[in-house]
Amino acid sequence: MAKDMTKKKIIIVGGGISGLLATIKVCELGGEVDLFSYCPVKRSHSLCAQGGINACMDTKGEHDSIYEHFDDTVYGGDFLADQIAVKGMVEAAPKLIKMFDRMGVPFTRTAEGTLDLRNFGGQKNKRTCFAGSTTGQQILYALDEQVRRWEVKGAVKKYEFWEFVKIIKNKEGICRGIVAQSMNTMEIKAFKGDTVILATGGPGQVFGRCTASTICNGSAVSAVYQQGAEIANPEFIQIHPTAIPGSDKNRLMSEACRGEGGRVWVWRNNPETGERERWYFLEDMYPAYGNLVPRDVASRAIFKVCEHMKLGIDGEHRVYLDLSHIDGDYLKRKLGGILEMYSEFVGKDPREVPMEIFPSVHYSMGGIWVDRLHNTNIPGLMASGECDYQYHGANRLGANSLLSAAYSGTVSGPEAMKWAKSGNKGSELTDAEMEAARQEVQNEYDKILQMNGAENAHKLHHEMGDLMYKYVAIERDNNGLDAALVELKKLLKRWDNIGITDRGNVANQEAMFVRQLRNMILYAMAIAKSARMRDESRGAHAKIVLENGQRKMDKDGELVFMGRDDERFMKVTIVNYDEKTEEPVVSYRDFDHSLIKPRARNYAVAKKE
Amino acid sequence: MAEKKVRFVIERQDGPNDKPYIQEFDVDWRPSLNVVAALMEIQKNPVTVDGKRVPPVVWECNCLEKVCGACMMVINGKARQACCALIDELKQPIELKPARTFPVIRDLLIDRTRMFEALKKIQGWIELDGSFESKEAPIQNPYTAQTAYEISHCMTCGCCLEACPNVGPQSDFIGPAPTVQAYLFNLHPLGKFDAPKRLNALMEKGGITSCGNSQNCVEVCPKSIKLTTYLAQLNRDVNIQALKNIFDN
Repeated sequence: MAKDMTKKKIIIVGGGISGLLATIKVCELGGEVDLFSYCPVKRSHSLCAQGGINACMDTKGEHDSIYEHFDDTVYGGDFLADQIAVKGMVEAAPKLIKMFDRMGVPFTRTAEGTLDLRNFGGQKNKRTCFAGSTTGQQILYALDEQVRRWEVKGAVKKYEFWEFVKIIKNKEGICRGIVAQSMNTMEIKAFKGDTVILATGGPGQVFGRCTASTICNGSAVSAVYQQGAEIANPEFIQIHPTAIPGSDKNRLMSEACRGEGGRVWVWRNNPETGERERWYFLEDMYPAYGNLVPRDVASRAIFKVCEHMKLGIDGEHRVYLDLSHIDGDYLKRKLGGILEMYSEFVGKDPREVPMEIFPSVHYSMGGIWVDRLHNTNIPGLMASGECDYQYHGANRLGANSLLSAAYSGTVSGPEAMKWAKSGNKGSELTDAEMEAARQEVQNEYDKILQMNGAENAHKLHHEMGDLMYKYVAIERDNNGLDAALVELKKLLKRWDNIGITDRGNVANQEAMFVRQLRNMILYAMAIAKSARMRDESRGAHAKIVLENGQRKMDKDGELVFMGRDDERFMKVTIVNYDEKTEEPVVSYRDFDHSLIKPRARNYAVAKKE
Repeated sequence: MAEKKVRFVIERQDGPNDKPYIQEFDVDWRPSLNVVAALMEIQKNPVTVDGKRVPPVVWECNCLEKVCGACMMVINGKARQACCALIDELKQPIELKPARTFPVIRDLLIDRTRMFEALKKIQGWIELDGSFESKEAPIQNPYTAQTAYEISHCMTCGCCLEACPNVGPQSDFIGPAPTVQAYLFNLHPLGKFDAPKRLNALMEKGGITSCGNSQNCVEVCPKSIKLTTYLAQLNRDVNIQALKNIFDN
């Protein structure tokens, strides 16, 4: 059968939940998809999401409302999320859940067979649908299955084990294709597409150890940033309060642990009686929400208790997350997967002894700037999922990430088709333009293969992670951020002096990593610079006041943080790449916050609307 | 001071058609060290015990939490995920080999395309009208949903194929994991509609009749899926379907 040349071709990079839903939407609208991924899409990082997905299903007789979900999300995000976009997402949420249910996601059910709901942080009502403690895995699999169905029908062509390297623009500056490299044969090829959607996930690896998969390096985002795509709010990096610290990665312990009644504590001497006691510090500090305060709040409290009060377990950076008071069978049913993981990696059963956890870099609220339909500032290029900056403002609520991943795919897919059909796409790429783009990538790659210096790329990566944790993580100040920028520039310089031991042409992971690392360093600079420029505290970005060059303390010896400054900083950070200096240039942009008036965020008391 | 070392004996191979060879590496011991973390250390300093600088070992990994299925390899003779293979629980020296049931691309990196292809064969999806809101989703029996949840943990890692004596050049058997997925979709209230199609597919060459009931698969499944139970159940369903086919014709 002759190929239908009138069909629209959409290139989707990334096969997590967002990329797969976009793929399905494109196929349903009659388009064809070339789907690129580092790995078989079924192994994408979405599967690490554990606790659940928020949607106002109101199956628990709590009179939950979509408005309440909307308000919790905006308030939780410290009023930095585009409110119209958030409203669209929370309204769509219950419909998405019903669709997933039809698709075969094995959600945990009540005795009556309806969807069970659990509590999650920063929300007073039960609103989180879940499939045990592997909700992301289950949703990803259902979408993987649907995409396979379209693959069989011939609408999807998968390029698994292909790495996206850069976009190709036509002479009018419109994105018309990409260059990608096979990770097995190392072949470099140019591909044409009517629209390109990046759904490449977060940049966790910029911090070295994090809860993200090894493939979440932000390299693709950094590549398009260097080609003119604007980055928004990159300084807002979510630190998840409860992870198992590890030297290869920090393994997430779901917020569902606290949702199902887990309590966080350390030993202390009671300040009045002097008696040794368990101090449930989150319940003490935040009586209204207790252990279910949002992630940024919980992480800062744990950090304070360990770092400043020196009350961590054995004086180290660890606190207890305790489930041992809850019935073992109940735990197995609700949290089986992750309890098993703790036993497996730590060797202790959380049903018997409290877990030992510490905060870890987890999620990026920021990413590529997009409009509400997920178009970037480069025509023809879209971004969808964690790699975009939409929906979460300065802090994401737990179980809103699966929702934003899914919802963004349902928006970006149809919009990509609309652009493909009626957008002002300008001239077709000529064969010469395609070949020139390919050759450029080939030359860069060949140069990497020749690198002969003294530095090891993996060691440099490790150093970058350490310095990002030291200066750009849970507590920030302008001295540290200035130092981070200086250090990152040095790392960029040292990158030139990397030596390669692998010059082979089969699955050369070392050479690919070297290319990714450079992108990571440039993205790290965008994070650090944006954090440096934002002189306030908001959500995940907490900045300490400096006085005479020192961290300011109040009379009780507590660190003094900057307050939220709505007048100057209730704005989206925009970062542009300066080709000459290779440095980030920061500016600010207004956004829509017309629906809910900003108010102070305080989880010690019940939320007031 | 002599640090405690862990010795790795790794079967390497430069490309799909090259001959395998052995290289040995020492890695500094540390608490809760696992095989993937050790391979990462080799990446930072790829020098063999003979002091030779070599290209770093190639393998596949993503999540390091035993949910993505990527890092399956043969460790001390057993197919398993490398990320949760704790060094302290392994006999040393530790032998790493690629799972040769699958074509080797390089070193420990293998090509598991056949598993994903098999999922097409068994029609491993629900025939949805579309990804739009069409109606309320059907109520589901919570006990059936729990069974579905168990089977739906299969991460297509391939341990069961590597362990199965009937998967290999001598047979077309698609293997335990993809076969059992058919059972998963047949449980769903909408997936049920296409159960006969899936059962008929399993009657074909490479289907369930190729299963020799050796029970190896259930022993190695890292997700503790009761593979043999569901294979037996499917076998029954396939037989009933075969009878139905006779009478319906």
